[in-house]
Formats: sequence, structure tokens, C-alpha cells
Amino acid sequence: MSPAGQDVWVHVEHLKGRVAGHTYELLGKGREIADALAGRLIAVLVGSGVRPLAETLAADGVLYVEDAGLAEYTPGSHAAVMRALVEKEAPRAVLFGATSMGMDLASVLAAALERPLIVNCVNLQVRDGRTVATCQMCGGKLLCEAEASGPVVVTVMPGSFPAEAGLAKSPPPVEAVPMPATLETVGMRAIRLLEPEPGDVDITKSAVLVAVGRGIQRQDNIPLAEELAGALGGTVCASRPVVDQGWLPMSRQVGKSGMMVKPKLYLALGISGAPEHAEGMKDSDLIIAVNSDAKAPIFDIADYGIVIDMYDLLPALTQALQGRKA
Amino acid sequence: MNITVLLSMVPDLVEELEIDASGAALDTQWLRYVISESDDHALEQALLLKDRHGASVSVMALDYGDADQVLFAALARGADEAVKLTGIPEAGLGKRAAAATFKEALGGIRTDLILTGVQAIDDLDAHVAGMLGGMMALPYVGVTRSVEPSGEGKVLVQKEYPGGAAAEIEVTLPAVIGVLSAPQPPRYVPVARIREVMKTRTLDEREAVPATVPAEPAIIRLFKPESAEHAQMLDGSPEELAEQIVKILEDRGLAP
Ligand SMILES: Cc1cc2nc3c(=O)[nH]c(=O)nc-3n(C[C@H](O)[C@H](O)[C@H](O)COP(=O)(O)OP(=O)(O)OC[C@H]3O[C@@H](n4cnc5c(N)ncnc54)[C@H](O)[C@@H]3O)c2cc1C
Ligand SMILES: Nc1ncnc2c1ncn2[C@@H]1O[C@H](COP(=O)(O)O)[C@@H](O)[C@H]1O
Repeated sequence: MSPAGQDVWVHVEHLKGRVAGHTYELLGKGREIADALAGRLIAVLVGSGVRPLAETLAADGVLYVEDAGLAEYTPGSHAAVMRALVEKEAPRAVLFGATSMGMDLASVLAAALERPLIVNCVNLQVRDGRTVATCQMCGGKLLCEAEASGPVVVTVMPGSFPAEAGLAKSPPPVEAVPMPATLETVGMRAIRLLEPEPGDVDITKSAVLVAVGRGIQRQDNIPLAEELAGALGGTVCASRPVVDQGWLPMSRQVGKSGMMVKPKLYLALGISGAPEHAEGMKDSDLIIAVNSDAKAPIFDIADYGIVIDMYDLLPALTQALQGRKA
Repeated sequence: MNITVLLSMVPDLVEELEIDASGAALDTQWLRYVISESDDHALEQALLLKDRHGASVSVMALDYGDADQVLFAALARGADEAVKLTGIPEAGLGKRAAAATFKEALGGIRTDLILTGVQAIDDLDAHVAGMLGGMMALPYVGVTRSVEPSGEGKVLVQKEYPGGAAAEIEVTLPAVIGVLSAPQPPRYVPVARIREVMKTRTLDEREAVPATVPAEPAIIRLFKPESAEHAQMLDGSPEELAEQIVKILEDRGLAP
């Protein structure tokens, strides 16, 4: 599979024998980019015993590297393999998910190979032979359009593109590549996978979620949200800072490292709508956002918005709902 | 264990962000800087290692946007030493150049563990931690929620995955870790204590060695999202607003 100069590569992310959903989104978008660059779209699959996963990947070809040492993912081992492959084949663009795995691999690879890095993209195009990326910055308050004329490493926000186009109708050609790197020098070893701590409730099953963010300000205020959730017959969930403070358990966190939710109602209180939070809730059926900052990015994804200090609204809203029930 | 924590200042999102005349950068004139949130957690992680297991903690920042404040605050929180790298442009450096500058400065320092935040909010290539790992050819793990010593010359980290899952990975030192969260929230120090430290301690100022970096992507423009799907905004007194929300929920069969 060479020469590769204009090829677009997509890193295939997988955990516990399943391809991560955003990989298909990258393949769908990668197809457009590869066509515009007149290159091929290549999926890169690294692991042990995961060859069957290649069958679902819509690409011109799959590079497959297998080694017993790659069975458990570590950033060091997988970056070493990706680096060796990219060094040898010199594809034009390498796309990763803006995920826990993708962020590590993309940044290490870009620095080690002295390629430009562009992260958190929500759109990608080719213009006059250059790759043009639109990225989220400043917690979603700004977008940045940037271009690279040569080789580039990109991370793409999950949920940015449709997945269907990346799902293969028939299995793609697979090329098994001999292990291209040594794992002796990577300096790390996977010990075990820690399953999520079971929470008191499963917020992904709740039809109504009352979500609280840093705007809740103090732990003492959580009961106000709980009372409102009670009046709505729903459950309280949270953004990361609230969980980091220890005010609610990890099982209540929505977003990139928390849960993906799609309730009938998502009532966001004092949440700015940063991309990493939006990732987990933007497909909710109905989003109502309450925020004191009229410019909060949450209003770009909400159906209804209210600019108000949440503490001015909460008592009236809880009362109105309780009044109906009574 | 010798730990170095790299701290960066980023725009405070509580303030209005203005784009400058070029259309491709933030107007720094009105910018208020704060410590990057994940760097704040990286510092807390280092201080926890010091409290629980004994370690020396050195912090380092490039001299722009209130670096002094951030470094003194770190000393007040318990860091042993603070290094300020001078000769930095007023607007700071791109993240790749920042990583390269840190790399040069770290060359002369004996450090076992380099901790910094996994992601900053203010650049195209926001991953200083990972780029530094790649540049220094050191083991790198990012998106961590815990770092613990693990026998001689090793640490055990928890790397977060979606859904609250995590991978436990043992890393051989020296290494670079990109912290997302410390196991507990960053400790608070009163402003009075920071002021006191500013009077009694000094920053170790060192001239930054200019670092060369490969061509960075060209920023065409910065802009505020103008979403076609912007929320329909509701107005009124709290009672009126409550009524409107109840009505919306009724229409959708979601009212209790
Ligand atoms: C790798 C990675 C993974 C991440 N994973 C997640 C994740 O899973 N989930 C997640 O949520 N975040 C995640 N984050 C963090 C994310 O980037 C944001 O920092 C976070 O979502 C911000 O939470 P917030 O909106 O509550 O806080 P902020 O951004 O601080 O927003 C608080 C909001 O409250 C408003 N407010 C303040 N007071 C009031 C009041 N009285 N009334 C009304 N409004 C008020 C403010 O105007 C502001 O908009 C992750 C980050 C990284 C780098
Ligand atoms: N606990 C802290 N750790 C690190 N930096 C801090 C801390 N508290 C305040 N700062 C920094 O000190 C400066 C002044 O903060 P403030 O006290 O909010 O005016 C800001 O640039 C903050 O980023």
C-alpha cells in the first residue's frame, strides 16, 4: 500500500473487542477528505485478535498490526506502533477521535514526527489542496478555522459527523503489517481495566434529567436541584466540576468521561456547555438551559434558554411543578 | 521523588472574549488570565504525592499573563520551588512552542515526574503534556485521575475512559503525565497567605532558551459560533418563566 503521500488515515479506536462509534464518523468524513485530496482512505487497526473488527470499516484498505503485547491498550505501545507506521508510509492526514485514547496518541505522534497538530475539530474540509479544520476553543465560546498545507495530525470531536457513511457494506481489503516497533522501551504496562463504580441510579435510563454545573456554587445547593428533580419525576446529574468537587458521584457525570445521555428532557442549570459536556447530552430530545451568562455556549445547543440567576428561578419553578401535582 | 509541574495561564472565560483586528487572535488587551484548570489539578496531584509519600515539588511557568500570581499561589499551596521562564512574548507562546520551551528548561533539571494539565482551552494544539512527552521521548499517559507511587522508580496511574471506566497503567519514571483531575479538588489558599508568600519568597527567574518548532497550522480566523439552532430565549419574571416552562413541558407530555 504505497505511495501514501495523499492518503488519509483513520485510527480505529476499540475497547473490549468493540469499535468505538466515533471511528465510523471519522471514516465517513475521511472518505470526503481522501477523495478531495485524490488519496486513499486507510483505517489503521492495532491490537491483538481484533482482525474481525476490520470487516465493519468503510475504507479503501485496513492496515492491521497484531501483537500479543498490544492486547491491552497503553498510550506508549500504541503510539510506538502508530509512529512507526506513519513514519514509513507518510500519509497526508492522520485522524484520531478527540477521546482519552486519541488525545494521547495524536499529541505524542505529532510532536515526535514534527507534524502540526490540530485538536477538537468539528469540521474538516479540503480547500485548494489544503486541509482546513474548524475547531472548538475556549470552552465552546470560540471557533477557530485553521489550515495546514502539508502533513497533519487531527483529533475530531465525537458526534461531529454522521456514522452511517463509515460503516462498511462489504469487508474492506486488509493488509496485515508485521509488528513495526519494539515494546521493550515504551516504559509502561497495562495492569487492569477498572469498571465504573456502580452508582445509586443509572442516569442513562432516566427520561428527565436535571443537570447542575459549576453555577450551583456550593454543595448545600444540591438539595434545591434534587427538589426540582423530584417535582419533575427526574434525576439529578452533573457536569465534571461538580463531580470533581465530590458533591455528586462519578455515576452522575455527563460528558466525555462520564455518561452519554439522551433523555426526553435535559434541564441544564449553571452549565456553560463546554464541548466535553455537550458531547454527552446534545442529542437529548428537549434541552432547556438556565444560565446567567447570555453568551454561554449551552444556548447554542438548547431548545429553550433563560438568562437568569438560577436561584431566582428555582423556587418558582419547583413550586409551579409541585402545585400542579397537588 | 522530584516532581516538576508545568503551569499555564489561559483566558478567564468568565470575561468577555474579544477578537483582535487581525481576526485571527484574541485581543490580549482586555484579557484576564487564570491558571489552566487541568494544570491546577496537576499541581494538586503533585502536592498530594508530596503530602502522602514525600516528594519535592517544583513548579514552572512561562512569563506572561499573571505568571507571578500563579507561581506564588503554587508556593502558598505547598510547592517547594517556583521557576519563571523569562523573555516570553506578552501574549504567551503557541502550545507547541511552549512545550519546546519547557523541554529546553527541563534539560538541566533532575526530575522524575513531569505533571501538567492534559488540555488547555486556548489553542489549536492544546495538548502541551502529550507534545512534551513526544518531544522528550519519555513515557506519556494523559487523561489521568490518579497518580500513585508503585515501587522503585514507577508510578501507577488511572487513565479515564468514557462512562466512568479507567485503565490502570504502571509507568516507569522519568515520565510525563497529562492530568485531567486530581483525586481531590485543588486546595484553597486564602489570598492573604499568597500575599505573605509574595513578601517572603522569590521566584527563580531563568531566561528561556528560544526553541525552534516546525511550521504550526495557520489560523485563518477566530469567530464566535452563530448557531442557526440557537435556543429560543424566554423572558419574564421568575413566576412567568416557571409558567412558560410548565407550558412547554405540558405540550410535550412531560409535565408531572
Ligand atoms: C479530557 C476531558 C474530559 C472531560 N470530560 C468532561 C465530562 O465528562 N463532563 C463534563 O461536564 N466536563 C468534562 N470536561 C470538562 C469541560 O471541559 C468543562 O470544564 C466542564 O464541562 C465545565 O463545567 P460547567 O459548565 O459546570 O462549568 P463552567 O464552564 O465553569 O460553567 C458554569 C456556568 O454556570 C453559569 N452560572 C454561574 N452562576 C450561575 C447562577 N447563579 N445561575 C445561573 N448560571 C450560573 C456561568 O455563567 C457558566 O456558564 C472534560 C475536559 C477534558 C479536558
Ligand atoms: N489556588 C490557586 N492556585 C494557583 N493559582 C491561583 C490560585 N488562586 C488564585 N490563583 C491565581 O492567582 C491570580 C489571582 O487570582 P484571584 O485571587 O482570583 O484574583 C489568578 O491568575 C489565579 O489564576
